[in-house]
Amino acid sequence: MRKAVAAPQISGISNPTKQQVRAGVTQAWMERLRPYLYVAPALTFFFLFFLFPIAYVIYLSFFDWTLLNLEEMDWVGFENYSALLAESDFHQVLWNSLVYTVSTVVLGILLSFLLALWLNKKAKVYGVIQAAVFSPHIISLVSVAMLWMWLMDPQYGLLNALLEMVGLPGYTWLAETKSAMISLILVSIWKGVGYNTLVFIAGMQSIPRDIYEAADLDQSPWWRTLTRITIPMLSPTLFFLLVINTVSSFQVFDTIYVMTQGGPINSTNMLVFYIYEQGMDFYNGGAASAASVILLGLVGILTFLHFRVMGKRVHYQ
Amino acid sequence: MGHVGRTTLKMVEWILLIGVGLVFVFPFLWMFLTAFKTMPEVYQFPPSWWPESWQVENFRKAWSSGPFLTYVWNSLVVAVGTLILQFLIGVPAAYAFARYRFKGKNALFGLSLIALMIPSQVIFLPVYVQMSHWGLVDTLWALILPFGASAFGIFLLRQSFMQVPDEVIEAARLDNASEWKIMWTIMVPLAKPVLVTFGLFSFIYHWNDYFWPLIMTNSDSVRTLPIGISMLKAAEGGKQWNVIMAGNMMLVFPILVVFFFAQRHIINAFVYQSK
Repeated sequence: MRKAVAAPQISGISNPTKQQVRAGVTQAWMERLRPYLYVAPALTFFFLFFLFPIAYVIYLSFFDWTLLNLEEMDWVGFENYSALLAESDFHQVLWNSLVYTVSTVVLGILLSFLLALWLNKKAKVYGVIQAAVFSPHIISLVSVAMLWMWLMDPQYGLLNALLEMVGLPGYTWLAETKSAMISLILVSIWKGVGYNTLVFIAGMQSIPRDIYEAADLDQSPWWRTLTRITIPMLSPTLFFLLVINTVSSFQVFDTIYVMTQGGPINSTNMLVFYIYEQGMDFYNGGAASAASVILLGLVGILTFLHFRVMGKRVHYQ
Repeated sequence: MGHVGRTTLKMVEWILLIGVGLVFVFPFLWMFLTAFKTMPEVYQFPPSWWPESWQVENFRKAWSSGPFLTYVWNSLVVAVGTLILQFLIGVPAAYAFARYRFKGKNALFGLSLIALMIPSQVIFLPVYVQMSHWGLVDTLWALILPFGASAFGIFLLRQSFMQVPDEVIEAARLDNASEWKIMWTIMVPLAKPVLVTFGLFSFIYHWNDYFWPLIMTNSDSVRTLPIGISMLKAAEGGKQWNVIMAGNMMLVFPILVVFFFAQRHIINAFVYQSK
């Protein structure tokens, strides 16, 4: 794949003129510069909208500032962090994020693994059901949030009507603290499970068939095939999904904003919503940027783990 | 297991399959049905399944509750504009990463992969401050520029460019084609499937995006469709779920139609990242 640096055309017999040499030298320079010129625009954008903001928000987190007046910033050192960590509201936000993330990730992955085992078959029905399960994934979260708000309406919603039909009492859904969190987790799983299922299926299909044939020849029972072949062979997929799902649970915002506004009584307030509220509504730039740095740190740790484990696969495939 | 046993099992499986399918599809159907109901029908308990008379009126109400033509136009400008920018910036970068050797290549490529992992929700605050320094808050630029370089797109294209056999490029070089020309007229057409895949992914993502326009815009002239739809909820006292769902259909329907016709492509586009 090595690119020949366009050497000046020196044919064996005639000597090149000075001009030809000069042209050749510039051309050689051009060829060495070319890859950098090609990647420069992309890297400029990455710098402006990813790398610089990361550094910038760390810088901002050491100041007392508001979006109303960006000219006036007072250096406060680590005060934003100590204030944040002392605040019980923020403890609640961290706890909510943890509960939401662990439930969504664990239940979502478990459910999609079972679905994948079931739906990973050739017949056409399975393909249709796969597509159906996947469809919420490509729908705007704001639509999904409003649709579920309507389904979960305590008085006129379809869900409570269905519960009543089978003789169960209606549920409080978004109206009470505990059920509001459960409702958000439910919506998130509903939206994401199809994606996870299809990723699992893709992983299952890339397991070499002859391993299964060998297991069949040994008359290995299905559960042993599952625990000794399928699950171990899927470990990269599983790891990928763990990271992706955790990161996307950390960034939950739309459903909170549309469905609960963090309530009732802060019970569904989570990191990104908290940053939004502090920064854009309460004009508390210090708290918002310090919380951003904490979130960035969490995502950073996951990214690091991701590349440590997946790095080789990503680079040399 | 006897023949009868197997048939029963098959039937149970079919019922379960349909049940699972309904869990995911029925909410959309409910959105559709609600969008055509009258208000008394919406607030009826237990609910009626089928609208008594199909109220197309709801769509007109939703459409005229705000400058929806502007919203749709802005959504298209943002989604298409972003895609064009991502294409123009991504192709040369992917080509260089796939086909050239140069100092610092791995480091620079690793750097762009970081962008793949940092969601915009995590760094919106500093980007917002930057944008307001540049006077770009509340403009369509603020919705397009931050996504101008797509790490995912570059990654996909690079893979595709790496698979092109060397002979194809050597032959073009012998014909004295410039590197620039080789890239756009030979490599890009060969990468068409990947471009379609990425195009669908990017378009759907930006068409659906609610968070970024919510942060970056606050006037009607630059708002996008998802923002317009969400404002139906706040408009006029009492929740008119039929009108809200009618508005929702405007956002959802185009995507579902595209999904229906290009299912395989779309699934590939979204699931690719895992491979």
